[in-house]
Amino acid sequence: MRALFVALLAAATALALAFLLLPVAAIFLRVPPGDLLGALGHNVTREALVVSIKTSAIAHAAVLLVGTPAAYFLARRRFPGRGAVLTLIELPLVLPPAVAGIALFAAFGRAGLLGDQLNALGIQIPFTQTAVVLAVIFVESPFYFRGAIAAFEAIDGTLVDAARTLGASPARVFARIALPLAAGGLGAASALALARGLGEFGATLIFAGSLQGVTQTLPLAIYAQFDQDFDTALAISALFIIVGALLLVTLRVYGWLRFASIFRSRVAASTSS
Amino acid sequence: MASLRLDLSLPRRSFDLELALEVGRETVALVGPSGAGKTSVLRAIAGLARPARGTIACGDEVWFDAERRVHRRPEERSVGFVFQEYALFPHLTVEQNVSFGGGRADGLLRRLRIEHLARVKPSQLSGGERQRVAIARALARSPRVLLLDEPMAALDPHTRGKVRAELHDLLRELGLPAILVTHDFEDAAALADRVGVLVDGHLRQLGAPAELLGSPADPFVAEFAGANVIDGIAESGSEGLTRFHLDGERTVYSADEARGRAVLVVYPWDISLARLAPDDSALNHLEGEIVSLVQVGNRVRVRLPFLTAEITAASAERLALRPGEVVVASFKATQARLLPAG
Repeated sequence: MRALFVALLAAATALALAFLLLPVAAIFLRVPPGDLLGALGHNVTREALVVSIKTSAIAHAAVLLVGTPAAYFLARRRFPGRGAVLTLIELPLVLPPAVAGIALFAAFGRAGLLGDQLNALGIQIPFTQTAVVLAVIFVESPFYFRGAIAAFEAIDGTLVDAARTLGASPARVFARIALPLAAGGLGAASALALARGLGEFGATLIFAGSLQGVTQTLPLAIYAQFDQDFDTALAISALFIIVGALLLVTLRVYGWLRFASIFRSRVAASTSS
Repeated sequence: MASLRLDLSLPRRSFDLELALEVGRETVALVGPSGAGKTSVLRAIAGLARPARGTIACGDEVWFDAERRVHRRPEERSVGFVFQEYALFPHLTVEQNVSFGGGRADGLLRRLRIEHLARVKPSQLSGGERQRVAIARALARSPRVLLLDEPMAALDPHTRGKVRAELHDLLRELGLPAILVTHDFEDAAALADRVGVLVDGHLRQLGAPAELLGSPADPFVAEFAGANVIDGIAESGSEGLTRFHLDGERTVYSADEARGRAVLVVYPWDISLARLAPDDSALNHLEGEIVSLVQVGNRVRVRLPFLTAEITAASAERLALRPGEVVVASFKATQARLLPAG
């Protein structure tokens, strides 16, 4: 009975693993490495790569620049309605990307909430690279917020108290204590958010369209190449898998290093005293 | 040198902490059970907690005045704070920790004999070294007041004595108003000029360590100072002595006056042990079976059913004491203090 149950668990695991890995393996089995590199040299791919890198970099910089202080504020301060704010921040996580795209249209579109003001300033956002950047920010920021708030909350409050009795202003406490101590968590959150941003598809397609060389990011290029040049679509997909795998390995190794260093310091502390 | 004056009220979950204290060039220890509000006092002085009422002033500088709505921020008070567990910045070296508040670290590192650790991170330090780094860091901004929260708690028992002696000398040398919080009466007595016993947010007694030991204000202070505290009934006896009945059969004599329900206070180190009742000046001889023997440093605490005696390890060895054996505990009537029942 027992052996049967364990066998059942193992079979379920094997099935899940096979299902998840088969499509990934199929991509690499379908594309020989040489063709893969060749496909990356195509115009469509190159332009999509440039659009992706450019929009992701701008969006990610904005997320880090605004998200980090905001996460610190939310982690350290207790105020009425904080719980509601934390929930609202995570809303984009559960929204279908298409809804995010429509929502961005409703806010920044020609007939949207801020449409009149933007028109008056002569700014048109939908179907531009700005739209791509906004869509990426919208979908990736909750990932960063989550991790960054947790990283700041994990800092021992006594260290902050100690810094303040040593004359440090709140800004100095942030720069010299909070940022370095949360760096690991911030880095992990940043990597996850970046990966989510690079893969963004639905909101971008609706809000920014898929204009080659302008708003066509790598995921949109895959979709566009899907019925024209399947091999190129495969090659871009392979690129994503490699980048994603590298990211996960980095996070794993980093987490392991962190654990190892904590472990080492514990051992050192207990043997040296 | 400016003295620190405080008179404040801090609401806590189950009681209000009320404390009035003036600290000159001396070390005052606040002792008491955990949860008595000792740390809250330090936090209020440092500006990390805000009292509901009262004032805190250092010399002519007012740091807090509830009525005048004065509440200086922690970074604007001149306080050196040694936190419980030390709260060293884990990502900075010893030198960076000490110089965090500005100023040069090398003088202090030398003074506390940790200059060889300047480039080491806190995780690689022993408990005693961490304590010294924390003290050096707290002193780096030349504070006008030094606050120490359980500075001895994170130390091993065998390094404690040495570290305590060093800390004692340092506190004397600094001559700053210093408040030290501890749950250990021995540490308090060894380090402080005056000791205040804080229970449920109120100061039960404040005085020199000898004063607290010699005339504890109430049974709690006596017990906290390490005394045996035993309930019983007192009645007047012959030759000006008081007879004190512990229970049905045991009676001891005390030179103190008391009538009716009272408590007997006798310190473990005032009690001597013998196999047979000695014929000496001690009036009180109580026979009992040894419950347990616990060695603490070079002394042994011998627990009997009704009291605990503390004798040197050498004496315990000479008498070859074992649990279960019957011994006689002796102490003089002058060492048997009587207090009204608490």
